[in-house]
Amino acid sequence: MNENETTTPGESGALVSARGGAVEQSHGEAVDLFENPGLPPHVHRLADDDEKAARRAERQVATMFGLSMLGALVFVVAYFVVPDEATFYFPGIGIASTQNTVLGLSLGISILMIGLGAVHWAKTLMPDTEMVEERHQQASSPAERAKAVAAVTSGATVAQLPRRPLITYSLVGALGLFALPLGLQVAGSLGPTDVEELKHTIWDLSANEGKPIRLMRDPEMTPIKLEDVTNGSVFHVMPETLQKYIDEGKHVLEEKAKAAVILIRLDPNLIKVQKARDWGVDGVVAYSKICTHVGCAVGLYEQQTHHLLCPCHQSTFDLTQDCTVIFGPAKRALPQLKIQVDDAGYLVATQGFDQPVGPSFWERLK
Amino acid sequence: MNALAARRRHPAAIAVLLLLGLLVTGGAYSFFAPKDANAAPALSADAVQDGKNLFIANCATCHGVNAEGTKSGPSLVGVGAASVDFQVSTGRMPLAGPNVQAPVNKVKFDETEIAALAAFVASLGPGPGIPEEKWTTVIEPGTPENNRAIATGGEIYRVNCAMCHNFAGAGGALTRGKYAPALDEATPRQIYEAMVTGPQSMPVFNDRNISPEGKQQVISYLAAQQSQTNVGGFSLGNLGPVSEGLFAWVFGLGILIAGSVWLGKKAA
Repeated sequence: MNENETTTPGESGALVSARGGAVEQSHGEAVDLFENPGLPPHVHRLADDDEKAARRAERQVATMFGLSMLGALVFVVAYFVVPDEATFYFPGIGIASTQNTVLGLSLGISILMIGLGAVHWAKTLMPDTEMVEERHQQASSPAERAKAVAAVTSGATVAQLPRRPLITYSLVGALGLFALPLGLQVAGSLGPTDVEELKHTIWDLSANEGKPIRLMRDPEMTPIKLEDVTNGSVFHVMPETLQKYIDEGKHVLEEKAKAAVILIRLDPNLIKVQKARDWGVDGVVAYSKICTHVGCAVGLYEQQTHHLLCPCHQSTFDLTQDCTVIFGPAKRALPQLKIQVDDAGYLVATQGFDQPVGPSFWERLK
Repeated sequence: MNALAARRRHPAAIAVLLLLGLLVTGGAYSFFAPKDANAAPALSADAVQDGKNLFIANCATCHGVNAEGTKSGPSLVGVGAASVDFQVSTGRMPLAGPNVQAPVNKVKFDETEIAALAAFVASLGPGPGIPEEKWTTVIEPGTPENNRAIATGGEIYRVNCAMCHNFAGAGGALTRGKYAPALDEATPRQIYEAMVTGPQSMPVFNDRNISPEGKQQVISYLAAQQSQTNVGGFSLGNLGPVSEGLFAWVFGLGILIAGSVWLGKKAA
């Protein structure tokens, strides 16, 4: 590198003046808006002039590559040596897995040091004179373009396309129809055409041979007595009919996702809607827990304001107004579940939901 | 010192200084932050009388001389000893001033005084008492039986508590500035009392909703959850996309920018 001398603007063979470009040629006369400043003078680096500094840079780069090798070796050793269950205290994180930490750090150091070494090499030893490369024209010459067009047309003629239009039309038809199955899959996966399933939950009495369905604690699946529900209490409830699905171990989550109910007791005088009071027992009311917006579980009950809040998009339902929406993107009130007390004193649902639970869909009102 | 002075204009100096400042502040906070004690209070025979005196001096302004409640504070008849113990031992009461929600604060009374206050309020009407110690003892993981109990606690927690208090007990926002607090600072007894009494926005989970065994399992789940190994590295408060996104934007992009500045700079 020592033969490199400090260069001045315009001197380097690699430099091209902005004045000599296409602008001047196309407009005939040159208008210099500003003086081309050229490139700044090339300043030599320490390693360019001093062989000792260059050797030091070489050693530094080699050290970084060496550290990378060390990191890779540590990874391989740690992979076999560190037991899976070993843990240690990592400041700021807490108890961390030793294997994860060592493997991550060694692999990280290994790849980081390759990068740092390469950058250091480039910055100290590789040539750093700035160069300007001219862009060349990308379009082919008119002759070559004419040749390409001729090749395509002659190919079509040889294949007898212009003479046999039947082939052309049937090919276009085949290719066009081929897109239909692909589009059909997308349209078909938008949802079931039979929405009847969405209108039923396992709260429907038909799921229990027409008998009233007991309200059960989730996840314990134990029945709830009226007096268990004290003022301000919240119970997360599943129907008695879910037990069958739990026992069989099939479709538990599908049924749970539609049947989730929240049971709350508040002062009956606070409930402003007669129907909401009638469908509950002494201020104990049950509502579907599935948000009517996009179906998250509405579980955040504020005991003092009697608001039910959905954690996903902050839809807020007012329990004193039959769970109508008072804030947020939901459009319908939460469906209420009509409950009573059976002869044994347990809370039961005497009918299923009178409307589909969860997000609205087009055919809901049909 | 000269070497330090020479490097004070280095581009990394501000970052190093910031990091140092953060470290010192954080360290000092964790050193000086109040630690809460949890010892069984000793009740004296005239605790109720002591409690009444304390009540009149500290609580009667808002709750009324006979705890009948005023415009600024609810009636305390029938709230029970558990409610008093929870509110006072977490420093939520006495409340410094009107607010959307009483925040956790410095505890202003000692064990005996809290017990006396609780005894006085309990004497006003029946309400949930201070939980038995056997239900507030944390079940330690280890045996299959204990592990099963903790897992059941996790199931109960996710159905009943996680929607407000976050899956990892990190707390979360409610409406209009109200919030569900983080649970890592609360003692087992305070968690139990909060479930039984339903303080502020929280609903009540009485012993017939979640049995005492179930409550103990929930408490044990929270304890086990906090002491478990962080296999994923930094949990960033377990707050989900908000804290993780912020971290990625600030530190991820920061490192990328710093790296490209360094790459673009000429070597000396």
